[in-house]
Amino acid sequence: MSLLRRTNVVPDAGTGAGAGHDGAPGAAVPLTVRLDDVHVRLGERDVLRGIDLELAEHRVGVVGANGSGKSTLARLLNGLVVPTRGQVAVGGLDTRTQGAAVRRLVGFVFTDPDAQIVMPTVAEDVAYSLRPRRGEPGLPEAERAAVVHAALVERGLAGHADHPAHLLSGGQKQLLAITSVLVTRPRLLVADEPTTLLDLRNARAIGRLLGSVEQQVVVVTHDLDVLDGYDRVLVVDDGRVVADDEPAPALAFYRRLMGA
Amino acid sequence: MGRFRSGAGLLGAYVPRDSVVHRAPAGLKLAALAVVSVAVLLVRSWSGVGALAVLVLAVAVASRVGPRALLVQLRPLVWLVPAVLALQWWAHGPARAAVLSARLVLLVALAALVVLTTRTTEVLTAIEHGARPLRVVGVRPERVALVLALAIRSVPVLAALADDVHDAQRARGHERDLRAFAVPLVVGTLRRADALGDALRARGVDD
Repeated sequence: MSLLRRTNVVPDAGTGAGAGHDGAPGAAVPLTVRLDDVHVRLGERDVLRGIDLELAEHRVGVVGANGSGKSTLARLLNGLVVPTRGQVAVGGLDTRTQGAAVRRLVGFVFTDPDAQIVMPTVAEDVAYSLRPRRGEPGLPEAERAAVVHAALVERGLAGHADHPAHLLSGGQKQLLAITSVLVTRPRLLVADEPTTLLDLRNARAIGRLLGSVEQQVVVVTHDLDVLDGYDRVLVVDDGRVVADDEPAPALAFYRRLMGA
Repeated sequence: MGRFRSGAGLLGAYVPRDSVVHRAPAGLKLAALAVVSVAVLLVRSWSGVGALAVLVLAVAVASRVGPRALLVQLRPLVWLVPAVLALQWWAHGPARAAVLSARLVLLVALAALVVLTTRTTEVLTAIEHGARPLRVVGVRPERVALVLALAIRSVPVLAALADDVHDAQRARGHERDLRAFAVPLVVGTLRRADALGDALRARGVDD
């Protein structure tokens, strides 16, 4: 098994302090994510074993077999999982000690939007993302409504603003989940298998959306077409990054690894 | 499909209209609902019920939600009211049974009018404001509101899960096996609760 390793990452874009809906230093400016000798042990199982990475590309894909540790790797990036050993820093912020600040920079999209949508109606769920956070002034009500409306218009959901979220199609739910994340203007968007539950058309639409947003994006996926045009692809196997390259060679390696 | 999901129609029933009832503050509507509900429970005469019915009708007209939306909310009473009517008729006679049944319809119609004219977030904000005095005993009002929102949001999600489990059960020929229904439903519910916890953390609920 060959181990590919890239080193041509772009320079750090700063700490990203102050990111948020207003005053964001620019959602398009990539952050540097550093993982130093990261180990994650869950119960009796070593899920990740000695990951060293520096991610600063605009589009990064992560592929791997079920149970390989790629979802855990994604969850490290916003502090949902903290390393058992080693350190993860996002824009210079330690996910273990500065988790709240990290989550202001990193938006996370889950596989199942039903697990992510909190509020009963579409507009209310987007508005929930804009609620005042501890120590921060909230947006005035009218401004918040305007931001929600603009976000829904941008994603083609304005006609569903007052509809119950549970009546949306699977694709619309995932679109809503992404809209609710993007409305906070995160610098980095991490998506964990966002197209797995979708039909081909919706999977393509979500894939195109993730490819077009201004944010830096890290996508964990089994849908290799999503990674068209990405800058870098990591292949995870048995808790390690076993390939790290541009999409074509990395995916060729992955196909060989899977015997496909 | 839809065996459990049909019950989810009551949720997210807000009907957007530009009316004086819609514009009224959610806290005021909830307080008015509480006061009028007590009045409904106290009246014993046909004249009292009639006066309250006129009031409910006036609010319904002013809200401009339309009769259809209101009737959808009253649909669950199709089974309940005849049962209550029959029971009360047997116990107390026709006059009292009719008054009690009418009061029941008025109560549900009143609550439905609040649901139809108030966004969930407005209700939750009002509850959050109302729960603020409880801070002194350690209650976090924003958590109270979030728990209520999650409860409302979870009903259709769990109903869909129950549908899926029921379908899987039928496909495997275990339609009447309670354990074959309950175990995957409980496991699935706990798994979704875990996922929801992750999502809430990711959306900064603890931050």
